Amino acid sequence: MLIPVLIGMTLVVFSIIRFIPGNPAQVILGQRATKEAVQQLTIQLGLDQPWYVQYARYIGDLLKGDLGTSIRTGAAITQEIKPYLFATLELAFFAMLIAVFVGVNAGIISAWFKNSVFDYIAMLVALIGVSMPIFWLGLMGQWFFSIELGWLPTTGRENVRNPVEAFTYIHTLDTLLHGRFDQFAETIRHLILPGTALATIPAAIIARITRASMIEVLQSDYIRTAKAKGVHMFFVIYKHGLKNAFIPVLTVIGLQTGLLLGGAILTETIFAWPGIGRYIYDAISYRDYPVIQSGILVIAFIFVMINFIVDLLYAVIDPRIKY
Amino acid sequence: MKKKSWLICLGMILSVSAFLMGCSGNESGKNDGGTNGGKDTLIIGRGGDSTSLDPITTTEGEAFKVTINMFETLLNYGEQDTTLKEGLAVKWDASDDGLTYTLELRQGVKFHDGTDFNAEAVKYNFERWMNGDEEKFPYYGMFGGYKKDEGHVIKDIKVLDDHKIQFILKRPQAPFLKNLAMTSFGIASPAAIEKYGEKFREHPVGTGPYKFVEWKPNDRIVLEKNEDYWDQGKPKLQKIIFRAIPENSARLNALKTGEIDLMDGVNPSDIESIKADANLKTFERPSMNVGYLGMTTTRKPFDNKLVRQALNHAVDKQAIIDSFYGGLAESAKNPLPPSLEGYNDQIKEYPYDLKKAKELLKEAGFPDGFKMKLWAMPVPRPYMPDGMKIAEVIQSSFEKIGVKAEIVTYDWATYLDKVSKGEADAFLMGWTGDNGDPDNFIYTLLDKDNIGGNNYTYFSNDELHDILIEAQSDPDQKKRNKLYQDAQELLHEESPWIPLVHSTPILAGSKDIEGYAPHPTGSEVLSGVEFK
Repeated sequence: MLIPVLIGMTLVVFSIIRFIPGNPAQVILGQRATKEAVQQLTIQLGLDQPWYVQYARYIGDLLKGDLGTSIRTGAAITQEIKPYLFATLELAFFAMLIAVFVGVNAGIISAWFKNSVFDYIAMLVALIGVSMPIFWLGLMGQWFFSIELGWLPTTGRENVRNPVEAFTYIHTLDTLLHGRFDQFAETIRHLILPGTALATIPAAIIARITRASMIEVLQSDYIRTAKAKGVHMFFVIYKHGLKNAFIPVLTVIGLQTGLLLGGAILTETIFAWPGIGRYIYDAISYRDYPVIQSGILVIAFIFVMINFIVDLLYAVIDPRIKY
Repeated sequence: MKKKSWLICLGMILSVSAFLMGCSGNESGKNDGGTNGGKDTLIIGRGGDSTSLDPITTTEGEAFKVTINMFETLLNYGEQDTTLKEGLAVKWDASDDGLTYTLELRQGVKFHDGTDFNAEAVKYNFERWMNGDEEKFPYYGMFGGYKKDEGHVIKDIKVLDDHKIQFILKRPQAPFLKNLAMTSFGIASPAAIEKYGEKFREHPVGTGPYKFVEWKPNDRIVLEKNEDYWDQGKPKLQKIIFRAIPENSARLNALKTGEIDLMDGVNPSDIESIKADANLKTFERPSMNVGYLGMTTTRKPFDNKLVRQALNHAVDKQAIIDSFYGGLAESAKNPLPPSLEGYNDQIKEYPYDLKKAKELLKEAGFPDGFKMKLWAMPVPRPYMPDGMKIAEVIQSSFEKIGVKAEIVTYDWATYLDKVSKGEADAFLMGWTGDNGDPDNFIYTLLDKDNIGGNNYTYFSNDELHDILIEAQSDPDQKKRNKLYQDAQELLHEESPWIPLVHSTPILAGSKDIEGYAPHPTGSEVLSGVEFK
């Protein structure tokens, strides 16, 4: 399944961006360029070739593990994309931790106290969460937690006056490997605002799915038996209840994680997070075709991989599922 | 067992949060630990990242803001204008025929890699550029093209001795010296160019007050003090960090918390709140731009001069300035900004006068007006902070004289593409000067040579062309100024544009910044900046 999906993906991306009007050569050379120069660059970039020749070249390079060369910066995308990708992965992972923790627990409590005031409030908050514009939420977060309270930094991944020595591009990991716990804390502080902003929508969705799934499970006989047996409420919920209610929740978590990778662009913009969303966004306004193609392809690849892992996890959670 | 592991988990969460609260690190620069306890790092927040660290390889303003601190040019502009001052050359001399320029170079200057700066290095740089093309070294085109091109003005470069160099031109090029001062023509270390080759754009080595440390794309660029800088006592700061923070409001938030010290791209609506903040102050960048409404003179009815004049009477520029520029712009009557030599202040601006506009339309044969498409720029620029809204204001005043304008817009690349093909009736556009010479405005934007390029109006006038070509080749600045003033008269009469504004971009910074003087070109050396 994986390979046809990816091939389909390359084809779709490749054709969509070529339908957009606007000549990349003109954009690269800028407002000041002469006609001759634009023409020359068009030829040099191979943009005058028929689309199938361009596509065949692209696939050929991909098979060699070459994502192409950025038109705008002239650098190899395979190299260039790494820091952006890991920055986004770190943020998305952190956001997902928040989303799962908050979402699942809110969903459980709502289900446990079904139709209580708490349930209504939690689901109302979840509804607001789904419809919240991240832009506004992000700026309000900065204003309140950074300017008014002074607790958290507004933007960026680290304190640039005391930068992290990066070699994996994942700062939480780098700081731990160096044993710099002060910087680790600093990194987490930088993650909190963008992570929370990014987590809002998935947390709300997860909460609603968890609630629905848990309500169903909590009504089943074995839960009643467990309660009657005198099992502690905590274990009734998390061991007996959640484990059985978790399959649909896990599906949503997988899908949402994938969406976060590509959907982090707004969060990355507001919080100046040097991630892959902004990388692709910039590439779009520059008509940097190779970067757009490869960026989307990489995200699609991760998306497919995450859902593959989720499929495997089904079997772990529910031994009845076999592949 | 199970219970225990949950407890451990809970314990860990609690201790981590306690740890985080404890480490509530102070990112504000107020007590940033420098060697002397004072602030010695300047963090600048800006909207975008650089695309290259080698100034000749790009035309992007963001790139120059950084490179001007690492590379020096043969001549410099004045602190806040475009008059010529000494740079790596201390003396310069033009022959009477305008064909030979002799420059005496500064002695005792070293590149950051320890090699010597001398006449050979200058020649090496020019040869590197002239052997390139428009894609590699776009701004070198200011010298009339590249070595392979007929229009290229530099015939020969002679090294007279270690610190004396001569440029021999094929024909006079009046803005030659002004071109030399452009940030793009920063002199780079030949040894480093040889060493890094194509990768020089990531490993810049110049003679400037700051040296390159690191570049984290889309995040930050770090420069540090050049201890061996030739100008004693400069630079005053140890480090400069350029951070890319795309969102204007987020950047302002970062400034308020002290995460950055200086920012550009202030929203006009935020200026009041910055002025009210005791920890902040604002800086004004002198204007070297123009925002305008161009009319494609090959399209009906804009081929009629009277129509163009009528529309010039129908735009309330002051209302636009008050609403969208926070009052920080002056209304334009010429294509040139007033800070440039050759500006014609005698010209009388078309007043906002709807009656007069209607009369002119009637005279032109459109008593009931006409329908048109008004193109609105999709991206914000200093000279056009909100194209859509400005277009709406223009639309409503056009409506009053019976001209029904429908506003259209495209993404920026498409917009430029279509406008340059002459597909727009009337379009919002603008320009920021490159070298502070009138030629760079009038010739570039309105001469018939540049149709299909930056002359989006397709305005073609032989009389204007003759004036501009004469001004290009006459080295006598006074005579040139007169020629450009004549050109502005002609353009005022013909009105291919409605000149709208020359805007004054606003920057904001922490109150204790001293010695910062924003330059009209958009990039400035930060060697004199310090914290008081």
